[in-house]
Amino acid sequence: MLAFILRRAALIIPTFIGVTLLAFALIHLIPGDPVENLSGERGMDPARRERLLHQFGLDRPLPVQYGEYIGQVLKGDLGTSLTTHEPVLDEFLTLFPATIELAFFAMLLAVAIGLPAGILAALKRNTVADYAVMGVSLTGYSMPIFWWALLLILFFSVQLGWTPVSGRIAVEYDVPAATGFMLIDTLKIHDWAALRSALSHLILPSIALGTIPLAVIARMTRSSMLEVLREDYVRTARAKGLPRWRVILVHALRNALIPVITVIGLQVGLLLSGAILTETIFSWPGVGNWLIHGVQSRDYPVVQGGILLIATIVISVNLVVDLLYGVVNPRIRHA
Amino acid sequence: MSEAVSAVADDVAPVRIEGPWREFWRAYAQSRGALLGLGLTVALILCAIFAGVIAPHPPYEQYREFTLTPPAWQAGGTKDFILGTDPVGRDILSRLIHGTRLSLLIGLISVAISLSLGVVLGLVAGYVRGWVETTIMRLMDVMLALPSLLLAIAVVAILGPGLINAMYAIAIVLLPHYVRLARAAVIAEAGKEYVQSSKIAGAGPLRLMFSTILPNCLAPLIVQATLGFSSAILDAAALGFLGLGAQPPTPEWGSMLADALEFIQRAPWVVTFPGLAILVTVLAFNLMGDGLRDALDPKLKR
Repeated sequence: MLAFILRRAALIIPTFIGVTLLAFALIHLIPGDPVENLSGERGMDPARRERLLHQFGLDRPLPVQYGEYIGQVLKGDLGTSLTTHEPVLDEFLTLFPATIELAFFAMLLAVAIGLPAGILAALKRNTVADYAVMGVSLTGYSMPIFWWALLLILFFSVQLGWTPVSGRIAVEYDVPAATGFMLIDTLKIHDWAALRSALSHLILPSIALGTIPLAVIARMTRSSMLEVLREDYVRTARAKGLPRWRVILVHALRNALIPVITVIGLQVGLLLSGAILTETIFSWPGVGNWLIHGVQSRDYPVVQGGILLIATIVISVNLVVDLLYGVVNPRIRHA
Repeated sequence: MSEAVSAVADDVAPVRIEGPWREFWRAYAQSRGALLGLGLTVALILCAIFAGVIAPHPPYEQYREFTLTPPAWQAGGTKDFILGTDPVGRDILSRLIHGTRLSLLIGLISVAISLSLGVVLGLVAGYVRGWVETTIMRLMDVMLALPSLLLAIAVVAILGPGLINAMYAIAIVLLPHYVRLARAAVIAEAGKEYVQSSKIAGAGPLRLMFSTILPNCLAPLIVQATLGFSSAILDAAALGFLGLGAQPPTPEWGSMLADALEFIQRAPWVVTFPGLAILVTVLAFNLMGDGLRDALDPKLKR
């Protein structure tokens, strides 16, 4: 088991090195002068440029620069934002809980609806229910989520006035940021009104972000369930005279879930892509919104650091999913 | 004697062996969704080709006295602008029709770049093996580690915003999928007897890769290419929406949406229809991709 874990973990090292190379190369590939890009100053006098060139280490050979960059990254120094003058890593860590909170609820919604819908479609194969689930999930899968988010706002916020249009919590609530997770922070100070406000801000973005994963999970659950229902052990369980619900929930579902869990794990990349759009539309103060602002305001340290951090997270989550899959399925572990 | 032969021939005649195209079409036409997807796609392609003829107005023409006219069926709408007009008085229907051109072109060009480059890299990786394969595949792993939109944004940050650069960015995002598919197919095929016999007959590596092996790995690549169309169109619209893709006044659906964002409460139609166009187009290609997968590869059938 340990050997399996180490072998899998070692595989991500080249990928991580590749990502750092990409992030490092970004500053040199971006059009314009790297010194101007990194300092955010335009048209500076030559003496100052010379000094900054030296300060950023840009006058050294590229391999040396890369080595220094790696050294800084390993120390947790990802540079300073040009707009706020805060360390990039600190900014990321402050905003990241908001993204996790949103992604978590989006995933919760996707699993809570997608899983039963997929099971239903498989059990009622080729009926109206099946076609409805498959039709809706294919539509969800094809949805431009920035547009979907706007429609949700138009209907629920503008027409019905049920939910707020943007942000994380109404301005009148002053919640001290203890954990950065708004729901936990409001629970901590027992401010129920603030908790309600936070939840009402969370619901629409979660629906928007959860739609595509929901569709993927429903489709995957259906096909996996259909496959498992054909297996001999399901027939055996039925032949033994077990009640139908028991065969479905215990014998079939448990095995059908293995590929579904992998798919859920692999949705993380998709979720973060979606978070960039969702956060932009709902002015959700997370890392996606931050990164887009970085790109738009040419805040290259933010772009560079953001890409590196998000890629690292995706790589790590994929590794964990891989490992879990190996734990669940011994055939993979010993391959 | 000859009569007997012709009698036998007459008996045999009704058993017709289906050609591969017929067989494929029979399998494809089984799914109503696949047919719907094909129908929609053909309609969209016709729309794109004849955009200049179908569109009631020129896409850039600003009718200043008709700004933000609602769709024809709403109070205040006119028959002249069936889907209404945008904040500067341009006909939304005409812009959408011309936008079909852009979206299909984005899909076509980015998938074409990505597919050809991906097939070459994948074939080389699967055929040469060794460090070449390791280098190519690790590079693809890095690209897959970045969420697709983030990678596209990074590429656009390097190349600068714009429609053409968005196409390159999307081609790069799609690349790893084709490389992986092509490589896996080559590895599976390379050991088979027909490849061996061709090798013994003296075929060089290029001939082996492109003319012996490649035709036998086409099915998954075709399916992936069709699905690639839909993600290309979706990502291009997302980039356009974020202001990193097509720039105004180009009638690209994503940037049309972003342009009109501040008017969403007063004039919801400026936002509703471009999004609907994106959804229908993406849906069409997804339906077609699913149908192709089921028809071309029974093993992949769900």
